[in-house]
Amino acid sequence: MDTRRANRLTAAAFITVALGMVGLSFAAIPLYRMFCAATGYGGTPKIGVAPAPGGNGYTIRVRFNADTNPGLPWTFAPDQLEVVVPVGEDHLAAYTAHNKARTAVTGVAVYNVTPEKAAKYFHKTACFCFNQQTLEGGQTMDFPLSFWVDPAISTDPNTKDVKVITLSYTFFRSLEDADKAGALTTAGPHAGSPANTN
Amino acid sequence: MAEATHGGSYGHDAHDDHHDHKPGFFLRWLCSTNHKDIGTLYLIFAVIGGTLGGALSMIMRMQLQHPGNHIVTSGQEWNTIITSHGLLMIFFSVMPALIGGFGNWFIPLMIGAPDMAFPRLNNISFWLLPPAFVLICIGLVMGESGSGWTLYPPLSNATYEAGMGMDCTLFALHLAGASSILGAMNFITTIFNMRAPGMTLHKMPLFVWSELVTAFLLVLAVPVLAGAITMLICDRNFGTAFFDPAGGGDPVLFQHLFWFFGHPEVYIMIVPGFGIISHVISTFSKKPIFGYLGMVYAMVAIGVVGFVVWAHHMYISGIDVDTRAYFMGATLVIAVPTGVKIFSWIATMWGGSIRFDTPMLWAIGFLFVFTLGGVTGVVCANAGIDEIIHNTYYIVAHFHYVLSLAAVFSIFCGWYYWIGKMSGRQYPEFWGRVHFWMTFVGVNLLFFPQHFLGLSGMPRRYPDYPDAFAGWNYVSSIGAYISGAAFIVFLYVCFKTFTSKEKVADNYWGEGATTLEWTQTSPPAFHSWLELPKVP
Repeated sequence: MDTRRANRLTAAAFITVALGMVGLSFAAIPLYRMFCAATGYGGTPKIGVAPAPGGNGYTIRVRFNADTNPGLPWTFAPDQLEVVVPVGEDHLAAYTAHNKARTAVTGVAVYNVTPEKAAKYFHKTACFCFNQQTLEGGQTMDFPLSFWVDPAISTDPNTKDVKVITLSYTFFRSLEDADKAGALTTAGPHAGSPANTN
Repeated sequence: MAEATHGGSYGHDAHDDHHDHKPGFFLRWLCSTNHKDIGTLYLIFAVIGGTLGGALSMIMRMQLQHPGNHIVTSGQEWNTIITSHGLLMIFFSVMPALIGGFGNWFIPLMIGAPDMAFPRLNNISFWLLPPAFVLICIGLVMGESGSGWTLYPPLSNATYEAGMGMDCTLFALHLAGASSILGAMNFITTIFNMRAPGMTLHKMPLFVWSELVTAFLLVLAVPVLAGAITMLICDRNFGTAFFDPAGGGDPVLFQHLFWFFGHPEVYIMIVPGFGIISHVISTFSKKPIFGYLGMVYAMVAIGVVGFVVWAHHMYISGIDVDTRAYFMGATLVIAVPTGVKIFSWIATMWGGSIRFDTPMLWAIGFLFVFTLGGVTGVVCANAGIDEIIHNTYYIVAHFHYVLSLAAVFSIFCGWYYWIGKMSGRQYPEFWGRVHFWMTFVGVNLLFFPQHFLGLSGMPRRYPDYPDAFAGWNYVSSIGAYISGAAFIVFLYVCFKTFTSKEKVADNYWGEGATTLEWTQTSPPAFHSWLELPKVP
């Protein structure tokens, strides 16, 4: 009888552990996001309004990259391929997007910075990528962003060698919009499947 | 001493008759709550899973025997075969044999417990597996689960695997995972609460320790897989975007979750083997194992460190150089407790009175292939080298040396060591040796050349290759056929054993075999240890 009770307690403890691990795997989603935001892991830049601290005489080259997911009927490109900016000072840049569809389409941009180790010194104070963007049919729009680079990048031994930072955006159609338009992924037979060779 | 007398009196015939009453076929096998019967069911299941998984590998080696073969008709079909091969071998062959099979059979016998702590739960653990197996087979037959066993999105999402087969495969893993978690909880409870009087944790046989460490790994790792594939199923079917960047998700997060499960999983497959090998080497050297406590804590250390090395599977998934440096260091650290084990096994043999019966051949074969796989593991662990050999046949060779060879050698080792105890019959020694040598030659011929293929740049998971790789692929395929023939010899050994008239003694290995299962009859009574033994 005593063993029975002990058995039940042990089993209950380990069921709790197993359920806790399932919970942790779901908690990993927000934790991973917070971890990336805090450390710049995966090339996650700092975002939010913060005054530029002022420079220390160094300059750095910033390049602009743009990609568009084929599911989004837009053209999307940077207005400038690269700029040379003094570190510690605010800078304004812009992208241009054009909606090729006849109806309004909503897109959302995911972004990162390479080299990844430079991300924690890259501050975006305002950016079109913070929100979803909707373009009416045939509309063209300028998408501005403002950023500054922390002067500490030139003193950190880990990032002293960074001379070029590439800023990258990939525009996707927002899931709600794709759902509304019936354009959610409905993949049929794909490359390599026997059905496709007919 | 009174207790010792009780233990001794148990062997009397009158008691045997009383405890040996068995229920009818349906109740005994389908509603089984007896740890030995459930262990037997697991072992039979593992042979079935291994046969199907092995048949798939024969198809793969036939396809790769010559460049430009068309045995497999499309890339998708090929991808489905490799996926099913991996999942079948891991979840439906190695794990059922080492954990469900030998674990159920010998944990209660070795610790002097009458059965597992939760016999009916034990039944559920087993019977979750056959439906999972059927689901995997549906994924295979429909040809719609071509993501690889690692299930990475986007390969496994609705864009690239739109069919229901992928969902069947994912749900199969849910069932197999639930089975493992329940089984692990049962093992932990049994080992913690039901040891015979006097058997402290530090006197527990190494096999029981290995199953305890494995059970802890299962309870901590498998729920994370369950969470990750639940998210994947939601992404596929219910419009969530856990791993879809269009909705703010991140596919790399799936890799983190998967390998947080996946790396402990590879230790789950090998640690019970460590336990078996320790018993066999000690028995056939007629010496107690060298450095018992070192062996115990080496397994514990491997289990603990195994949880903090997962991203060494992701060196090229875009993680930065400092992260790679950490995971590389942590991974290399695992070589230390592993080395402790290898050296302790060799030290046990050193100066021993060694007999080379079939189980000992498998144990020494295990040391050879496990050390070889371990050495290439140290090579792969280096982030700089891994950038070159990632996803090549070098990796395939490495993990087959530790899993397909070392883990499987430990299964056969345990089979030959304990089959007399489990069945009461003598296996044919000659055919056991034939089985060993054919397997040993076959698998080395099969996997050793794959190191060369990998180093010359042949990527894994493709059904074809340039002519330059033809030579070693041909050799590898010949090795596969020899290994396949060896498996048929194994089936013949099974047949000869179960039809053998030759009965074996209670302790047929003699003085080297010192654990409690050898004090029982062969086969043990249907209900054993009704009176607890006293361990001095």
